[in-house]
Amino acid sequence: MIVRNVIEGLDERLHAASFARRSLRKVFPDHWAFMLGEIAMYCFLILVLTGTFLTFFYVASAEQTTYRGPYTPLHGQQVSAAYNSVMRISFEVRAGLVMRQIHHWAAVVFVGAIALHAIRVFFTGAFRKPRDINWLLGISLVVLAIFAGFTGYSLPDDLLSGTGLRIAYSAVLSIPIAGPWIAYLIFGGEFPTHAMLSRLFVFHVFLLPALIAGVLGAHLALIWHQKHTQFKGPGRTEGNVVGSSLWPRYTLKSVGLLFAIAGVLSMLGGLFQINPVWFYGPFDPTTPTSPAQPDWYVGWLEGSLRLAPSFEPHIFGWRLPELFIPGVVVPGLFFTVLAAWPFIEGRLTHDTQLHNLLDRPRDNPMRSAVGAAGVTFIGVLTLAGSNDLLAYLFQVSVEGMNAVMRVLLVVGPIGIGWVTYVMCRELRDREFHPVRHPERVALRRTAEGGFVTAPVEEASRDAFAHHPDDRDHDHHGADDQQRGPEHQPAGKDGDADPERQWPG
Amino acid sequence: MNRAARLAGLFLVLSMVASLGLAAVYIAGGQPQAEGALLAVSLGSIGAALILWGKRILAGPNDVEPREPPSPPAEVERAEEAVEEGAERIARRRFLVRLLGAAGGALGVALVFPIRSLGPSPGDTLLVTQWKRGARLVTDTGEPLLATSLESGSIVTVFPEGFIGSADSQAVLVRVDAANLDLPAGRDSWTPEGNLCYSKVCTHAGCPVGLYVQTEHALRCPCHQSTFDVYTGAQPISGPAARPLPQLPLEVDADGYLVAGGDFSGPVGPSFWNMP
Repeated sequence: MIVRNVIEGLDERLHAASFARRSLRKVFPDHWAFMLGEIAMYCFLILVLTGTFLTFFYVASAEQTTYRGPYTPLHGQQVSAAYNSVMRISFEVRAGLVMRQIHHWAAVVFVGAIALHAIRVFFTGAFRKPRDINWLLGISLVVLAIFAGFTGYSLPDDLLSGTGLRIAYSAVLSIPIAGPWIAYLIFGGEFPTHAMLSRLFVFHVFLLPALIAGVLGAHLALIWHQKHTQFKGPGRTEGNVVGSSLWPRYTLKSVGLLFAIAGVLSMLGGLFQINPVWFYGPFDPTTPTSPAQPDWYVGWLEGSLRLAPSFEPHIFGWRLPELFIPGVVVPGLFFTVLAAWPFIEGRLTHDTQLHNLLDRPRDNPMRSAVGAAGVTFIGVLTLAGSNDLLAYLFQVSVEGMNAVMRVLLVVGPIGIGWVTYVMCRELRDREFHPVRHPERVALRRTAEGGFVTAPVEEASRDAFAHHPDDRDHDHHGADDQQRGPEHQPAGKDGDADPERQWPG
Repeated sequence: MNRAARLAGLFLVLSMVASLGLAAVYIAGGQPQAEGALLAVSLGSIGAALILWGKRILAGPNDVEPREPPSPPAEVERAEEAVEEGAERIARRRFLVRLLGAAGGALGVALVFPIRSLGPSPGDTLLVTQWKRGARLVTDTGEPLLATSLESGSIVTVFPEGFIGSADSQAVLVRVDAANLDLPAGRDSWTPEGNLCYSKVCTHAGCPVGLYVQTEHALRCPCHQSTFDVYTGAQPISGPAARPLPQLPLEVDADGYLVAGGDFSGPVGPSFWNMP
């Protein structure tokens, strides 16, 4: 009765009854790969909650003060108010350290989940029309998340983060013509400035989260409106979605996932130290750090700087600052190609169709090859971002390590891309699943006692042919529909307009 | 009650116990590891219970939802007409449309100006440092240095007197055997008694060049491993840096202390487009 009153009340005011009914019956596919984006979304929620807690204690000021907290090795040292406040959060605010570490771990997992989600969307072709707009929103979220992470770990004003900021400033400075002006306007003058921490703070706790929340909202609204993609399988067509409805099954699973992620992040935040700024010490522009490693998602940019050859040409009498290509052009170009990929692929394959059914990576060897090459490229750059540690590990010179990395940066993507292409083509053409159905052969013993093997004939193969992953379902004939153990929900909304139909 | 439901119940009880434990730890004064672990159990158990509930207890046949197909061509046409009809009515006032565009552009230009407040003009600030002729070299504790203060082969970070900690004036003073030097022309008088001074700001990305490899008489930047040869005017010998570290001309004042003979031989730090 209460439910009835609430719904009636809402419907009178918002005309919400039909929307509520359709929304609760909304179907979400069950494949695990769809969880990656959800993990990222929940990480964002946890970041906002833990971040709000930290905001109450953090002081965004470069004002110098003397450290007098309980961490004795730094006793009496001159530190900034920002560093001092982070030390206070870590050692004096009760539950402060665990909150700070959960926040940092959540950021690391956030960007990781976004990256894996983007990879999943790429390799399955989920970015194709009609979801190309949402792909652009997604790529914006990758960039925003990296900036949010970078501004966040720059806030403690420790030696490591200050050095990272210094490098970021230098990269901005390297932009031809506008570089010095842009750098001065962003940082408020020549690095290091008094203004930079308070500016980073505004970026980190207001501008970037607000932008992420906005773009994420649009991203989710589009998913909601367009409905999810799904893998091919019995009963799954371009014109339906098969899975669990929002209420109650998907709600339980998804909220369960939120709690599970929060649990994992708490475990990481409680038991695994991250960014111990008290070891690094306060930022001092005249003191170097070694070995300096950024958070993982910045590693590829660091690697790009490390691998770039020492090369600074003059063009029409003006310098082309050497940081410009590895520090600005390489990431800019990478994200541009990534964002434009749906349109590039559509143009190359003359594909103007709408796609709601996903490809498996093998279904499109060229795309998978490009994706694998891209992942390898970023992977090599990320490794190169730790070239000093790798050189130490393998007991070779840093210069030798760099030479190897430069070769890998070119050969790796081409080689891995080629191998991926060949493998996908083979798998596709032979319809051979490496795990689920190995090639079927019959083993027969001859009268003489020897053995012969022979491929199983086509007729007996058919018995296996209707596996959910089989390519038989690439065409969506009428016989495919409703063959599985699915049931249609009672309130079917498909309107019977004969003009509005999915291509069969 | 089936097994999944029993297990889910167990998880919820476990979560309650952990939450009570969390409260106890907090009241007792807090302990980061215990807080993290207990919080993980409280949250994770609820998660496990809900997932079990959704996946096992409510297991059933798949739900199916139809997708909205794209609109028929007639509908698209009607939308197009609606847009065009409105646009046409606006476009009739061509004069106003043009003025609106001009007003918008002017407003855009006006709105750019507050951005100008965000920072000073670069001017020549990237080209000069605090080093002036006669400025004494002092350590980070403010001690001035004699030409004989350093042992040969050792290194110290120096600042112009009065500017200790200055990010763009920081420099490294190295003392070497003057016979080994092979400096660019015109710098022969810059190295009294084998004392050489270079900018400590890496010409690659601006990190402090803080490592000195004595056996290779090389200054090395810890950030990206750019390496500079002290003997040859800090020419880059490996790593990404393309420009040598600017050198500070040195002199000895009447009291025997090392002083600067002027500013660095060039702008310090990473390159920018109009750097001379």
